[in-house]
Amino acid sequence: MKKNFDILIIGAGVVGAAVARELSRYKLRIAVIEKEEDVSFGTSKANSGIIHAGFHSQPGTLKLKLEAEGNRRFDELSAELGFPFERRGELMVAFSDDELQILHKYYQRGVQNGIEGMELLGRERTLELEPNLNPDILGSLHSPTAGIVGPYEYCFALIENAKTNGVEVFLDSKVEKISRRDSCLECVSSKGVSLTGKFVINAAGLFSDEIAKLAGVDGFRIIPRKGEEYLLDRRVGGLVRRVIFPVPSEKSKGLLVIPTVDGPVMVGPTAVDIEDKTDFSTTRSGLEAVFKNAQKMVPAIRATDIITSFVGLRPAATGGDFIIGKTSVKGFINAAGIQSPGLTASPAIAEMIKDILVAEGLELKKKDNFQAVRKAVPKIRPLVEQRDYKMIEKLIAKDKNYSKLVCRCENITEAEIIAAIRSGHSTLDGIKFSARACTGRCQGGFCTSRILDIIHRETGIPIEKISKKGKGSEVLLFKK
Amino acid sequence: MNLKYDIVIIGAGPAGLAAAVSLKRSGIEKILVIDRESFAGGILNQCIHNGFGIHKFKEELTGPEYAERYLDLSNQADVELLLSACVIDIISSGKEKEVIVLSEEQGLLRISCKAVVLAMGCREKNRGNIAIPGSRPAGILTAGFAQKMVNLHGYMPGREIVILGSGDIGLIMARRMSLEGAKVKAVIEIQTHPGGLNRNIVQCLQDFDIPLYLSHTISEIKGGRRISSVEVSPVVDRSFPDRNRSFHLDCDTLLLSVGLIPENELSIKAGIVLDNVTRGPVVDANLMTSVEGVFACGNVLHVHDIVDWVSEEAEFCGYRVARYIKGDIQKLREIPVRTGKMLSYTLPSKVEAGKPATLSLRTIAPLENVFLCVYTEKHFLYKKKFRKIFPSIMQRIPIKEVPADAQYLETFIES
Repeated sequence: MKKNFDILIIGAGVVGAAVARELSRYKLRIAVIEKEEDVSFGTSKANSGIIHAGFHSQPGTLKLKLEAEGNRRFDELSAELGFPFERRGELMVAFSDDELQILHKYYQRGVQNGIEGMELLGRERTLELEPNLNPDILGSLHSPTAGIVGPYEYCFALIENAKTNGVEVFLDSKVEKISRRDSCLECVSSKGVSLTGKFVINAAGLFSDEIAKLAGVDGFRIIPRKGEEYLLDRRVGGLVRRVIFPVPSEKSKGLLVIPTVDGPVMVGPTAVDIEDKTDFSTTRSGLEAVFKNAQKMVPAIRATDIITSFVGLRPAATGGDFIIGKTSVKGFINAAGIQSPGLTASPAIAEMIKDILVAEGLELKKKDNFQAVRKAVPKIRPLVEQRDYKMIEKLIAKDKNYSKLVCRCENITEAEIIAAIRSGHSTLDGIKFSARACTGRCQGGFCTSRILDIIHRETGIPIEKISKKGKGSEVLLFKK
Repeated sequence: MNLKYDIVIIGAGPAGLAAAVSLKRSGIEKILVIDRESFAGGILNQCIHNGFGIHKFKEELTGPEYAERYLDLSNQADVELLLSACVIDIISSGKEKEVIVLSEEQGLLRISCKAVVLAMGCREKNRGNIAIPGSRPAGILTAGFAQKMVNLHGYMPGREIVILGSGDIGLIMARRMSLEGAKVKAVIEIQTHPGGLNRNIVQCLQDFDIPLYLSHTISEIKGGRRISSVEVSPVVDRSFPDRNRSFHLDCDTLLLSVGLIPENELSIKAGIVLDNVTRGPVVDANLMTSVEGVFACGNVLHVHDIVDWVSEEAEFCGYRVARYIKGDIQKLREIPVRTGKMLSYTLPSKVEAGKPATLSLRTIAPLENVFLCVYTEKHFLYKKKFRKIFPSIMQRIPIKEVPADAQYLETFIES
């Protein structure tokens, strides 16, 4: 198959998705090419889900600038696209006089960067805001504009909306060759599909250095920085309201206690530079470090409350900062090395890419029929929690599948699972991340067989071919 | 839709059905048993091996046969079942209860009733709960899920299998997978003793030459999209893996049989106080939870090793619920039950003065040549010698009559 586009975006993580959605406002033919079976399946899905305030990075970096700009965009984005986002705020906590000094430095940096509402708090006020913090804390830096987001929901919402506005998405397609075709670049994927575009945006995350090399662009390398995270039981969900940070180290923002938009608390991530881009293994030492640090800040946290763990690999570029801009190859534009605060910065990165394209001669004409709003699938869980039975009855009256509870831990109905499948997810992980089924306490022990049946019924994929996250990860190997 | 019953029983497995039958026998007519599956009988339906009913029916039945016995009894007693329906909330205001249900056929139901019996059973611990280090590939399943897929749906999870944990489901699945032609490479158990019943060690492992590694654990899971091998290490100090002495087993599937937890989502939501050890509700002598009019029995109360005791406990529960409804639960003095040395728990937490009682308990470790004792501050009530006693086997102790003047009861092990 051959197809021509104006813009090819390699990578359907938050960066590629944000760029696709932003450019879908204009009269352009756009394609997103993703090597995984579903969008967000690389670094984005293993994200902490924090929208940072905008004071963590070094002055003068793209990171610092785009972090602050990105943060400001999330209210509007969340309202338009219907993904969960809450400005909960973050607290950086200090245990010593030295650490208090460092808090002051971050405070000044934030103020200089135009971050609103930041304040240095003493011990009592800190404990008033977060009563479950260690009473030995001396003080904290409070940034109320920080928020939490459903990272994969955000990514799915961007892609869905981009698709609504005409963007084509090619999944399970690894770009293996990039070559020049007249004024265009041609990307050939593992499936033999050839896509050409006037511009190629390299948003390939962990593999952005390899994609750059395919295009003949050199000059940076991606070093995977492993982060282990541990999700705790919903039962201990109310421990903190805000994101709790220690005073950061050189390499990372430290090991955090993170409330999630879905309720449960997450702890992590570690930060260890590794070689292997496919090493998603958790370690005993990682677990110990995470809990030691989390318990220092919030003593009530227990490792026995873990319901699941995962690893994300941050695509850290040599040089440290984001690499965004045109390259020696005309039409090939990097959005590489987007590690933390990449999620926060993603809307601003999309804007920046748009500006670069314009500077490179792309003509932008607004679409008349751009649809900014994506209607989120109604969820039954919040209604069950609020005991809003009238509303549940209304949903059932519209769609009987809302009366079929599939995932009991998280209260997910068949209607929500069917919606996820119909919006393009056909792996168990895809359903898990889009509809939240199997994310609770039993981790799919009860509902997996029903979800397999629904996927089979909706897509016709034989049960033994349904996978966790793509070919080679089938849940059941064969029919007896 | 609004409905009205005397009693709602949540769960139509062995506990729920047995409770329903004894309620009917006690003359309570308006009862409803709710189950989320489209069939009654619960997990018994996927347990196609035999060994059920030896105590209750004096014969060896398969799981579905055992379930059928109780289904027949409940049909004879005209028990009303609501299947494919999931309870999402229990709301209590004093003696009035309301059970909120999502029914696939009837939509949202609000059922008012006078009492609720929790009989939701238990669930399996999974990989997350035990935080095994390593990658996160496909091919890691709980033993019970694998059992369901093999026995009820006809799909095999894999061909080369390692089982972590020697609980009964793990042992049963070792045999099941072998019979289906898979190669079961090993069963790995972190404790010094098997987690399951001895008869299952013999019939499911030894008869199939499947090695059992005691005091070992899986220290790392390897594999990309699918599991390719596990690293097995001996443990020191009970839980710490000694990776210098580790070895690898190649496999395409890892089954987990690492413990069961009472399924108490609803109980927590209903504000019921749970016990830290059993992880089920704290109950009094009538098996009533901390919320008046809400009772619990079977595996949702504490995990049993054989279904016969589940039925027995649930029948007792049914009779007590009937008495509660009729208003003739005498307000007898309740005497607290303490759990003494070498025991992990005793249930119930209170017994009635002057009445018979049955105590359920487990030891914290395998012990040899010990006495299991129950006493009050004054008298010995029970003393039995055990040549061997295992935590995997729940002990049920009948007390003929709890002394009317006792201040407390204590269970303990004496060497």
